[in-house]
Amino acid sequence: MVEPTLSAPQVPAARFGGVRLRQATRMIPTFLVVLVLAAAFGLPFLWAVLTSLKVPREIFIFPPTWLPEAPQWSNYIEVFRQAPLALFFWNSLKVTVLTGIGQILSASLVAYGFARFRFPGRNILFLVMLSTLMLPPQITIIPTFLLFKWLGWLDELRSLYIPPWFGGGAFAIFLFRQFFLTIPREFDEAAKIDGANSLWIFFRVLTPLSVPVFVTMGIFSFLGSWNDFFGPLIFLNTTEKFTLALGLTYFQRVVSLGGQATEHLMMAASIIMTLPCLLVFVLLQRYWIQGIVMSGIKG
Amino acid sequence: MRMSSATREAIEGYLYIAPWLVGFAVFAVGPMLASIYLSLTFYKIITPPDFVGLDNYIRMFQDDLFWKSLWNTVYYAAVFVPVSIAGSLCCALLLNQRILGRTIFRAIYFLPSITPIVATAFLWLWIFQPNVGLANYLLDLIGIEGPRWLDDIQWSKPSLIVISLWGAVGGGSMLIFLAGLQGIPIELYESAEIDGAGNQAKFWRITIPLLSPSMFFNLVLGLIGAMQMFTLAFVATSGAGQTRPAGGPAYSTLFYVLNLYNHAFDYWEMGYASALAWFFFLILVILTYWQLRLSRSWVYYEFDQGERW
Repeated sequence: MVEPTLSAPQVPAARFGGVRLRQATRMIPTFLVVLVLAAAFGLPFLWAVLTSLKVPREIFIFPPTWLPEAPQWSNYIEVFRQAPLALFFWNSLKVTVLTGIGQILSASLVAYGFARFRFPGRNILFLVMLSTLMLPPQITIIPTFLLFKWLGWLDELRSLYIPPWFGGGAFAIFLFRQFFLTIPREFDEAAKIDGANSLWIFFRVLTPLSVPVFVTMGIFSFLGSWNDFFGPLIFLNTTEKFTLALGLTYFQRVVSLGGQATEHLMMAASIIMTLPCLLVFVLLQRYWIQGIVMSGIKG
Repeated sequence: MRMSSATREAIEGYLYIAPWLVGFAVFAVGPMLASIYLSLTFYKIITPPDFVGLDNYIRMFQDDLFWKSLWNTVYYAAVFVPVSIAGSLCCALLLNQRILGRTIFRAIYFLPSITPIVATAFLWLWIFQPNVGLANYLLDLIGIEGPRWLDDIQWSKPSLIVISLWGAVGGGSMLIFLAGLQGIPIELYESAEIDGAGNQAKFWRITIPLLSPSMFFNLVLGLIGAMQMFTLAFVATSGAGQTRPAGGPAYSTLFYVLNLYNHAFDYWEMGYASALAWFFFLILVILTYWQLRLSRSWVYYEFDQGERW
């Protein structure tokens, strides 16, 4: 354990070189620990990237080499030949986009109802809604499976993207509601006096003021359905319908190079699946972090 | 006749929450009730459910694999949750300091948590490869003969814990702690210093109590999440090149939900699996309730917390 020196960041940097130097030296052990941890978090990733650029011959040698002899970027094309990865990618994209739209639209409207309208039983319903946060999908999965079987939704992507249109989940509703509550009601009232109806107020007054929470929820929704494995595993059957998460396990079963090592292709496929998440993180980091912090503090 | 504005408002309110009401009825209440009924039946999909009373529950308590899966889950949660919370807290404390390249480090720490679990599983299967994997190579460098990780009954659960920690420690809970740390007023530390408090005292008397709400949040969510351990175990133990049943070796990674999944969707024993699901629900409710009760004695809330619901 590193000794926590919490007051350090707030101390204004001293003007005298000596003090500053002493402070800097004191940070060296901390910095080393930070560095070691960064290696623990980053190394597995680096290792996967390096592996993905090797040829089969380089995989099973001990001691392993770090750098590939010649980076095989073609591995990233080969994976698409080994399995219908492009199709899986497309399926995932479809599910992710349709889930995202449905979840955000319905959760924000439901949250609007809870935040801005008075109706009998509102508080109880809100508590009931929150309590479903504690309801893990495993409890309801069997009857849901039977329901989808009856509806003829099994082995169809709609089994994944239609349910989010019904409320979008307690977490999303909660997040939107908390945000809407921070917007002064005077804005609504002003629009109402001008003769606007509630839907107009939602789309023209509240939504423009709530862009951050919409972006945040978009990120969470994207991650949720992009990474979801349980749903596709249970509802999908045919290879052509697989999403990327499920398709990756399929890929791992079928990938074959005539007895040679296939780990480099496995790593390439895993990285391909990770890239969209990475992209979203790089582009929207600020909203992402705000969202997590918001859910943590207000929860 | 015109409606009063209050009635109008109520009707509009119900209309806005209607999607959730429908979803709640169809995807929560309905399935919950249905699974109570199913848990009292013998039901293998091809023939209609056959009412058998409490047989499924009796069978459950006599089933060795049920107890095994419960033990595995408790083992996993009991190690993973405290270690990941302590780890996240340490990382947050470290990254809260003024160090060179803090933003970059924060991104590196966060990277594993944005990696999809399936990708994480494959990445670590390769690292834990017993013969040529990176883990055993690094251990070899310092003269330790590494274990066979996921292939070894003794090491399979610890391996999964290591993988989960990699994906969790630098993620959301670290960010929540960081935000908590930044929310602690500097004046508290300053006045403690005037009173002669050392770093130790400041940490245990100020930082920890003021972080306790974040800790509680991470604990509740962490525990519920850990009890539901499924995807990582399923992918990492069913796919090491061979097709073998998930949960091995020798059921050492058969977690509760994995066992439930096997019964429901491998053996199609929907009745028995529903009983497993209901018992699981009961465990989670008790755990959460127990945590809420306990929290009163250790979670510190400031008085002016106006925005709590």
